[in-house]
Amino acid sequence: MKNNFLTYLATPVKAAPLAVFRVLFGLLMLYTTLRFVMQGWVDKYYIEPQFHFKYWGFEFVESLGVYTYILYAIALLAALGIMLGFKYRWSALLFFLSFTYCELIDKTYYLNHYYFVSIISFLLIFLPANAYFSIDAKYDKNIAFTKLPRYNILIVQLMLSIVYFYAGLAKINSEWLLNAMPLKIWLPSRYDLPLLGDLFQLEWMHYVMSWSGMLYDISIPFLLFYKRTRVLAFILVVVFHIMTRVLFPIGIFPYVMICSTLIFFDASFHEKVIAFFKKLFRFQWKQQPAVLEWTPNLKNKALATFFILFFSFQLLFPFRYMLYPDELFWTEEGYRFSWRVMLMEKGGYVQFKVVDPSTGQWFYVENQEFLTEYQQKQMRIQADFILQFAHFLEAYYQEKGIANPEIYVNSFIALNGRLSKPYINPKTDLTKVKDTWLHKDWILPFNEKIYGF
Amino acid sequence: MKFTKKYFLFVFLVAVCSLVACSDDDSDGENNPSNNFDRSQMLNNWADNLIIPSYQNFVAETNALKSASDAFLTETNAENLANLRTAWETAYVVWQTVEMYDIGPARDLVLRSFVNTYPTNAANINSLIEEQNYNLADPNLNDEQGFPALDYLLFGLAESDAEILNRFDNDFNGEKYRQYLTDVVDRIDFLSNQVLAEWQNGYRDVFVQNSGTSANSSTNRMANVFMEFYEVRLRNGKIGFPAGVYSGGEPQPTRVEAFYKKDLSKVLAIEALQAHRAFFNGNAINADTTAESFADYLDFLDTIKNGENLSSLINDQYEVSISNINELNDSFYNQINTNNNSMLEAFEDLQDNVVFLKSDMFSALSIALEFDSGDGD
Repeated sequence: MKNNFLTYLATPVKAAPLAVFRVLFGLLMLYTTLRFVMQGWVDKYYIEPQFHFKYWGFEFVESLGVYTYILYAIALLAALGIMLGFKYRWSALLFFLSFTYCELIDKTYYLNHYYFVSIISFLLIFLPANAYFSIDAKYDKNIAFTKLPRYNILIVQLMLSIVYFYAGLAKINSEWLLNAMPLKIWLPSRYDLPLLGDLFQLEWMHYVMSWSGMLYDISIPFLLFYKRTRVLAFILVVVFHIMTRVLFPIGIFPYVMICSTLIFFDASFHEKVIAFFKKLFRFQWKQQPAVLEWTPNLKNKALATFFILFFSFQLLFPFRYMLYPDELFWTEEGYRFSWRVMLMEKGGYVQFKVVDPSTGQWFYVENQEFLTEYQQKQMRIQADFILQFAHFLEAYYQEKGIANPEIYVNSFIALNGRLSKPYINPKTDLTKVKDTWLHKDWILPFNEKIYGF
Repeated sequence: MKFTKKYFLFVFLVAVCSLVACSDDDSDGENNPSNNFDRSQMLNNWADNLIIPSYQNFVAETNALKSASDAFLTETNAENLANLRTAWETAYVVWQTVEMYDIGPARDLVLRSFVNTYPTNAANINSLIEEQNYNLADPNLNDEQGFPALDYLLFGLAESDAEILNRFDNDFNGEKYRQYLTDVVDRIDFLSNQVLAEWQNGYRDVFVQNSGTSANSSTNRMANVFMEFYEVRLRNGKIGFPAGVYSGGEPQPTRVEAFYKKDLSKVLAIEALQAHRAFFNGNAINADTTAESFADYLDFLDTIKNGENLSSLINDQYEVSISNINELNDSFYNQINTNNNSMLEAFEDLQDNVVFLKSDMFSALSIALEFDSGDGD
């Protein structure tokens, strides 16, 4: 049994699916990097803000100021390298490093699909995606193969499956399925869509959308793996992602997912795609058949161990929320890096009060003096942001001459259409609190139960 | 590819069946929102019954201000000074009803900054008058003009009315004062006429037709300036800053609006708050009617929420704030100097509605709290 499975993983299969995946992923990353720069977001997100919210453990990642553009230039060239399969391993490594560095500068801009891009580019470093239909393969016969051990393709498929399946699991909760929240809030506001706009005003439609979204996410990996349902699955993928594109401002993510799921198709399909590319660019070059065999040498064993550890982490990490008391949606402890997408509508309000204990005098802080609108929006609803800003204020006012400022917070959050409720304990002096992985007991209890994952 | 066709047919049939099935369920559903809330109706109401009439009222008053100023300059006497002061006061009060609309022409012309930046810079005004080398279109001179500058010119130039009159009516430098007064009044009048004209000639349609749901749609932009006005101009500007809420507990009474006139600050604050409430409820300005507004929009969406009705919570809180501010001294300057705690309480009352408006309302309306916020998840 075990041997059968290992043989299955090691069996050489055609390299075309991985090559097409590489080309499309590189192309989309090229586009997204360019788009980010053209929209002026580098300036707006990384250069203009005077303060950045740091990820726990990555406090050392600083904005490089105007030199952040150099990172984007590197990412741009590296994406090109991935697409063309030119100096591919270096390209994948550089893309992963530059892209991830930018993401780590400020957690304000955390999006699951940026995390997904980081993960995929990280995995690509270890996959021979340049073995076929690449510049590297054309000039270096030693790395050119038409067949690769199957696991190389399975790894990408598995990662995609985790994203979908976990996103689906996360939707199995009472808010999403029993109250149709937050779609009940979001859909009616899109009244101006032709045809759908009117449907979105109807309550049953919110339930239909919620349930079908959950069923889609949870079943799509299986439908894609199973040959007889694959075409249907791909149609669903296209419909679903076009829909999300129409409904929500989610940039290029729908296209990334649509292109990525192509990797589930048979190699014959990808051969056709490659033939099409070759014709389009008048690219005449026939790669000699060569098979990359899997041998149990040290390098391959180390690689196998690495992948096992990597996927164990991917499978377990999203469940860390179970270790925390109180409601995940309220505290958001263990919320990020878990494929929880579009699950909550949160509005919030937070006011910081600085007290000088030596005189008893106090004043409120104008958050907009220090933070951009985007940063304020994220801070209003997330406790770790609030704490970090409090510590920033502590240092700031110490410098201004208050020896031991105390900082209190008055904050409210409206979650999924509930009326605003007080969020942070207003009696907690946040300068005395450290940010750890332990439960934040200075978050007031939610006092309600949301059932499900 | 023969599978494709089969599957497509299958999906299509399932979709049709589920639509039909669900429609049947729906036939008795009374709690479903029966019809669509039409945002463009709300924009129409805002433009035609609130914004443009407010500007019309305001322009009538700035024109009257100009006449009163002309009369005062033609015949500089105590009676005309009193008339000019009244005209200033009326125009300043009506200004409170348009200050919120920092959108379109008003935003392009930076109307608010030129017309109501306070505290005014009296020392600079004096030197501008002396040197006479100024151009009020210079954005750096925003705190040397507008209503706060007139506040200084008409009430703060000297201790007594006789002395003030003398400033405008003396052979030594009276002409310079008269010129400055003329320039300030003309600029307010020019800008306000300009903004109204643009609303009436073109911008109204631009505003109403931009009825989509994007971050740059009129509803979203209006919601943002509506909130900004409440938080920054009203809560902070009129109450918070002078009461020292942001300045280490040190009250700064000289930062009150209409500092030289003194007893007008409360009237201005109440007027602004009432204008904000009227906008929230969609109450027409020159008529006793109400039409589509944020309140109606919330009520429409409220069918999805159980519990209390958000629009009435917000209206209750407006009521609390208005009645508590009414308890304050007519002069916030005096109030701060005698009992600043009441000012701080008024601040907290206003604050309570920030939570409802910013956290609950924006969330319920699914409106982004800023423009151009990048991608979502």
